[in-house]
Amino acid sequence: MNKWECIVCGFIYDEAEGLPDEGIAPGTKWEDIPDDWMCPDCGVSKDDFEMVQV
Amino acid sequence: MTEEKNIVIIGSGMAGYTLLREIRKIDKAAKLTLICADNGDFYSKPMLSNALDKQKDPDALITTRADQMVETLDFELINKTFVTAIDSTNQCIHSDRKTWHYQSLVLATGARPIRLPIMGDGSQDMISINHLDHYRHFFQKLAGVESIAIIGPGLIGCEFANDLASQGKKVSVIGPDPWPISNQLPQEVGAYLQQKLEALDIRFYIRNSVQSIIKDHKAYNLILQDGQRLDVDLVLSAVGLQANLDLAVGTELMTHRGFVTDDMLRCSNEHIYALGDCAEVKGRHMPYILPIMQGARALAKTLCGEPTKVTYPPMPVAIKTPACPTVVLPPHDRNTAAWQITHSENGVKALCYENGHLAGFALAGDSVSEKQTLVREIPPLL
Repeated sequence: MNKWECIVCGFIYDEAEGLPDEGIAPGTKWEDIPDDWMCPDCGVSKDDFEMVQV
Repeated sequence: MTEEKNIVIIGSGMAGYTLLREIRKIDKAAKLTLICADNGDFYSKPMLSNALDKQKDPDALITTRADQMVETLDFELINKTFVTAIDSTNQCIHSDRKTWHYQSLVLATGARPIRLPIMGDGSQDMISINHLDHYRHFFQKLAGVESIAIIGPGLIGCEFANDLASQGKKVSVIGPDPWPISNQLPQEVGAYLQQKLEALDIRFYIRNSVQSIIKDHKAYNLILQDGQRLDVDLVLSAVGLQANLDLAVGTELMTHRGFVTDDMLRCSNEHIYALGDCAEVKGRHMPYILPIMQGARALAKTLCGEPTKVTYPPMPVAIKTPACPTVVLPPHDRNTAAWQITHSENGVKALCYENGHLAGFALAGDSVSEKQTLVREIPPLL
């Protein structure tokens, strides 16, 4: 399981936790998130996230 | 043969660079030039106000260096250059040394911190932070500093207060506002945030103001309007931003709180556009990240030949105060807003209804988890 960080606002998407509020189940891999998904805090696109080492 | 597109962007902040990225996603061939006063490194401005807690020194905030930006996005970077004038008749812009021609010009000049006229020989030392270089200066000053006064209990002031308190600094926040972030939060939510920040030993002097700042060796004596005196090592000014509109001088460009644009982000000249903190889009000046993202996507299409109106979905603003996570989506008409308040064990929720429909909300503490559900109920702004 990886974590991905928004390069604009620092929001972290944790694959293990998913985003249940947005209908993304815990364990959802980054590549399985729809391409038109946006950062819930600042609205940048999925392309503008980088994987972070944990 | 179609004429090659020649787009010039002034400003290397979030607006300028986001637009570059969005244009490159749809047009690999357009000739793009970005002119900026700093050196053009890409960093995230919203992170400046919570970088200390994240253990980020100024250089760690640079996510992509200027040369890497140029390599990935294929544009001409003219850095360390001040554009001094726009000649809209001849479609060119000037610096003190050079002239550039444009087919389309995008103003992404951002905003600059407002400085209050405060008496005393210490007021010129107040630090305002709205650029990485300001942060660098602040970061250097911070060594050895124990106590800090923040003028302005708004969003940025509260974020810095939380960030500095998390580093063990003694923080005082001063301003005439009736409660923190009173321009966006209803009283109950502002008071809740204040209480959580006070639990970190942050002291609030609200409904108050700084009359004078006197230098005293390496410290500063602040005299407040009600006569109280504060002695601190550093003074931070966070009383708001004003759009950087210098380039409007000598042009026909209309300005108000920003360069006045229509819903295509077009200024009062058909070849000039404005994006971000320097723009007032159909009467709305929204100096936040989400409007930049929405604007950049629409403007990229427009500039690449597909005229596209900017759309504003409901855009909540997250307030990065870890002691009390807060998110707000102010209703359009804040003055007449009637809030319904619900307190819970570890949070507070304020909802605002207009004509029976949800028009805005403010959530603090545990209540922030309801953001996504509430956003879906709110109609788009534009």
